[in-house]
Amino acid sequence: MRKLLFQSLIRAPLTEPAPAAEDAALAELAQQVERAARRRLGRSLSIREVDAGSCNGCELEIHALNNSFYDVERFGIRFVASPRHADVLLVTGPVTKNMREALERTYDATPAPKWVVAVGDCAADGGLFAGSYACVGAVSAVVPVDLHIRGCPPRPTDLLKGLLALLEDAAAGAAR
Amino acid sequence: MYGIDFKGAFDTRRLVLHETYPAGCYPLEKSFTNAPVATRKAVPPTEEYPFRTISGDGVYQIPVGPVHAGIIEPGHFRFTANGETVVRLEERLGYVHKGIESLMAGAPIERAARLAGHVSGDSTVAYALAVARAVEAALGIEAPPRAVWLRALMAELERLANHFGDIGAICNDASFTLIHAHCGILRERVLRTADTCWGHRLMMNVVVPGGLAADVGAGGPAAVGGLVGEIRRSFPKLIELYDNTASLQDRTVGTGILNPALARRFGCGGYVGRAAGRAFDARRAPGYPPYASLRFEVPVLDAGDVDARVWVRIREVEQSLALIEQIMAQLPNGPVGVPIDGAQGGETREGLALAEGFRGDILAWVRIAGDGTVARCHLRDPSWFQWPLLEAVIEGNIVADFPLCNKSFNCSYSGHDL
Repeated sequence: MRKLLFQSLIRAPLTEPAPAAEDAALAELAQQVERAARRRLGRSLSIREVDAGSCNGCELEIHALNNSFYDVERFGIRFVASPRHADVLLVTGPVTKNMREALERTYDATPAPKWVVAVGDCAADGGLFAGSYACVGAVSAVVPVDLHIRGCPPRPTDLLKGLLALLEDAAAGAAR
Repeated sequence: MYGIDFKGAFDTRRLVLHETYPAGCYPLEKSFTNAPVATRKAVPPTEEYPFRTISGDGVYQIPVGPVHAGIIEPGHFRFTANGETVVRLEERLGYVHKGIESLMAGAPIERAARLAGHVSGDSTVAYALAVARAVEAALGIEAPPRAVWLRALMAELERLANHFGDIGAICNDASFTLIHAHCGILRERVLRTADTCWGHRLMMNVVVPGGLAADVGAGGPAAVGGLVGEIRRSFPKLIELYDNTASLQDRTVGTGILNPALARRFGCGGYVGRAAGRAFDARRAPGYPPYASLRFEVPVLDAGDVDARVWVRIREVEQSLALIEQIMAQLPNGPVGVPIDGAQGGETREGLALAEGFRGDILAWVRIAGDGTVARCHLRDPSWFQWPLLEAVIEGNIVADFPLCNKSFNCSYSGHDL
């Protein structure tokens, strides 16, 4: 173990440079996020992930955000275990009928100010599962959504761009 | 789902259509048309799902989920515990039921195959492979040799990515984050290699009935070679660390023991079955190409505990690396797909196939109607035979060891709920 730890000290880090926040995401946010809410957030985000019916593909890529290559914690972004600790809900999936109530209750349990980010094509409009008797469809049909990150699943870099846009927008709000 | 009422059934509680669904909703009946179903917003307490109750001195319940603490799929676990010890676990699933089987009924073959690739995102290659082989069996066609070999390459890459994820996550659940971090690096390397080869990190929508949607990209073979080299260099150090860390072994050895008789009785496949003496691997028997032309072992252990499930994965990583090297050395040239025509002179055809995903054997059955659309398709996830056993292995263990047991099973919610 000592050898492994020592090597981590002398080797260059694997972590990728931060991508620029996406313009489209910034534009979407600019219309929706209130200035007062932004000021309170500072440069840190606590995220609660909610799988509302995804195939698990989005979860795998959200997981990847925590690995050494993307390392979201360096930006002050961390995943938390309870919606009561969260600023942001990261919601995936075409919102199944069976998850609808759980999603609503998770949203209600998250203290304001809060943001909802819909991750993946399913969360945007039901994706491949749109029209099924068992799915509600878009996350925005159940809870208000502030930002969409498209993809099936979105790559970790796309997720990072969207989340950084959220942070940048928050910082800009604080300066205004 | 079919509106069939079983007389004298011992458990008639709802499985995937939860209590909010109206009575008389049978999505798999032939007369059912896939239209929005009006579900109730809430159910009265008298109609709520009745969990089994166990009473006794100091016995209490812990409800967990459906929204879990980690970044995982939703499901509800109802623990009955006495002090630290789990007396009984009851799982309630169905939360991610998307109605996939109904969406497939009447769909063109391409759409059905795409849906199959999104049944369980971590096993997208294995699911697409199972359905593609079932369709090919129904239509009496064969994918070209290059496609067959590349499918095997993709399946082994998928196995590697998931096993690295699991080994790391199991160690993480015992608070040993060093292995988790290093396994995370290896997993990411596999995904990036897949991306170089097919332009998608999870390799979704590449395996299609008739072959592959695309050949391996230009930089692919070199990237695969580099990946195997990197894993061969760094993985042995992680295995050694796992094996020599007493605090970690203390958590995994002897935890969550699966009785081999139970594994046999449930026909449980994958690392769960193979860690409890059941030597089933669909690549070996019944077998499918190209595995008969490849040398590989099916690692089997008898201990049945979390540690055994970790070791089966470790051995399978080694086998997958050897398989990938053989595949790359023998990769045939030629086309990667043949056109498929589902309308076989108006005749109805059926096909059945098994594919070994990282989690175990996936069964696909398909009926193709005379007009070339998919009349029906059923997909059986390996988790069907693993979820009930998770309830069995946790009994008598402490609550704090449940994450280890659960992660070492890593059952699919989405694959189960369909």
